[in-house]
Amino acid sequence: MHRIHILIAMDSHTLAQGARAVRDTLIKELEMASLQNEVKVIETGSVGIYNKGVVLVVFPDGVYYTGVKVEDVAEIISEHLIKGRVVERLRYTDVPSEPAPKAVGEAPRFGKQVRVVLKNAGRIDPDSIEEYIANDGYEALGKALTQMKPEDVIAEMKKSGLQGRGGAFFPTGLKWSFAAAEKAQPKYIVCNADEGEPGTFKDRLILEGDPHAVIEGMALAGYAVGASMGYVYIRGEYKMSISRIRRAIEQARQHGLLGNNIFGSGFSFDIEVREGAGAYICGEETALIESIEGKRGEPRDKPPFPPSVGLWGKPTIVNNVETLANVPQIILKGADWFRTLGTEKSPGTKVFTMVGNINNPGLIEVPMGITLREIIYDIGHGIPGGKGFKLAQMGGTTGGILTAEHLDLPMTVENLREIGAGLGSGALLVVDDSQDVVELVKNFVEFFNHESCGKCTLCREGNGRLLQLLERISSGHGSIEDIDLMESLATTMMRGAFCGLGQAAPIPILGCLKYFRQDFVAACSAGAKAAA
Amino acid sequence: MQNLDRVDEIVKSYQDVKTPLIYILKDVQKEFGYLSEEVLTRVALATKIPLSEIYGVATFYSLFTIKPKGRHIVRCCNNAPCFVNGSKEVLDKIKEYLGIEMNETTPDGMFTLEFTSCLGLCAVAPVMMVDDEVYGNLTPEKAVAILKDYKMKGLSNA
Repeated sequence: MHRIHILIAMDSHTLAQGARAVRDTLIKELEMASLQNEVKVIETGSVGIYNKGVVLVVFPDGVYYTGVKVEDVAEIISEHLIKGRVVERLRYTDVPSEPAPKAVGEAPRFGKQVRVVLKNAGRIDPDSIEEYIANDGYEALGKALTQMKPEDVIAEMKKSGLQGRGGAFFPTGLKWSFAAAEKAQPKYIVCNADEGEPGTFKDRLILEGDPHAVIEGMALAGYAVGASMGYVYIRGEYKMSISRIRRAIEQARQHGLLGNNIFGSGFSFDIEVREGAGAYICGEETALIESIEGKRGEPRDKPPFPPSVGLWGKPTIVNNVETLANVPQIILKGADWFRTLGTEKSPGTKVFTMVGNINNPGLIEVPMGITLREIIYDIGHGIPGGKGFKLAQMGGTTGGILTAEHLDLPMTVENLREIGAGLGSGALLVVDDSQDVVELVKNFVEFFNHESCGKCTLCREGNGRLLQLLERISSGHGSIEDIDLMESLATTMMRGAFCGLGQAAPIPILGCLKYFRQDFVAACSAGAKAAA
Repeated sequence: MQNLDRVDEIVKSYQDVKTPLIYILKDVQKEFGYLSEEVLTRVALATKIPLSEIYGVATFYSLFTIKPKGRHIVRCCNNAPCFVNGSKEVLDKIKEYLGIEMNETTPDGMFTLEFTSCLGLCAVAPVMMVDDEVYGNLTPEKAVAILKDYKMKGLSNA
């Protein structure tokens, strides 16, 4: 029996700031103090605090320590663990003027959050299937396999109104019903963990923090549509997520939660991991399928859609990590519970990553319908350096542009669609008023120009041409005609490109032109003035 | 002379995996450092996949390389979240320090400089990756100090 538990956040951010060395020192010094039987060190995923060094949480007190260095470990042990005195200089304070939060969930940044997908992340040991099971894990799978027919699972998903969290927000239950109706066998479930959208790392942190939730979601999807095999397609760069999900799959197999005849129900399902090799376009579902098939990841013509003709020509469901992580909770607690979260048309929560010019960057989960102002100022603590808010880009580099006039708009799928934006992958890039919009747009286009797969002319040539125009404008040699040409080319690409990449690339360009056209005009006339 | 029999062994180790070409290329690149024409030809023979198709795959993905590279690969992120936090200044300083442009290798073969796609570490932007190690919260000075470290280690190992 352990008297004290110390959670150490081992996510990609804290590892980059020395978490491994702190953990090793902690374990060693606990042994030297003969405390190893009283104090248990638990590695967990992200606790949602970023850029503040190595993070520890000491239970039962619920004290957060940030910026912990190897040389601080001895003091934490002697002061806190032995004498019961909190080491104040390392204690995490969310807002400098407010007292430090005492327990998980009490910090102001957690106040507006509702954790469904992230309910276990940062609280349990992601490498332990026992801890997942102790937190209702695999109960939904057991319920579905023993008490529900596949069509009941689909009906519940439809009723919940869950929409795909990869960016397209297509109704998940509806997608599943298409694959379920197909006669062809075998069928496949693919988890899309190829997260390449700049600013987005939610899926990585879900996988690192709670891999079993994704596995359970995949197994439920498999049962619902009649698939017996699943693939997790994951970025090759995400080393930690890959090893976590592999270990979790192995544990699930050992416990009979993957493999043959799960829960004695006759249902069999297994999962294999497939690593990507570095290509942004492979997040597009048909390009992803091509890549699993060992080919260049170029998108396929649709229709037929993957639920009918997908991987190796068979019915295939491709769902995002966050979508799948929602599924066990919906099956366990019911669609009616899920609909109490969020809004009527956009039920549930959304996981966001908040990046850019913001005081408190990181990962948050909030109910749909929250406003931009609440996210930026209440959760993110505003913009550093006393600068003002210029714009926010919602949904990664393909995302729409929001300005000060949208700060109080409830963020829902339908509201954002109305103004030509979207929730996308959930990345929120905050940009302060010292930034140059023309340079920012040039940066967006450089990205698309690099990542275009080259299959269709509009995207391949269009992005290159947009970049030329922007280089001319930003160097002060542009003209009003160049701005008009850029707008017209972007509109054409949006209408005519083959896949989502080429269609979405112009969104932020057109957004910036709509709200900040004067900045582009000024860049042109700056050159004209210099020449005069 | 490289032992191309290793290619056959790698191909064979994936005989139970459906459509394993990308895995094969990853392992082969690890073994030989890069995907030379000679190596790719052998992969084509062993897998019975046309060389043109294999070449197409090898040049499509950014983790594959058909050219030899430096001892350390420096991958800099310049995506929007890094960009608004000053990645351009960092990049300029790195180029100046190494004396090369993007996608070039230093004359001593020590460093190859590349862009990386977003590494999902935007909360500590700007970020770069040297080989498998990630560095965040970069400033131009910090980036150069990190590279100097690699250089010193490289010289002392030589």
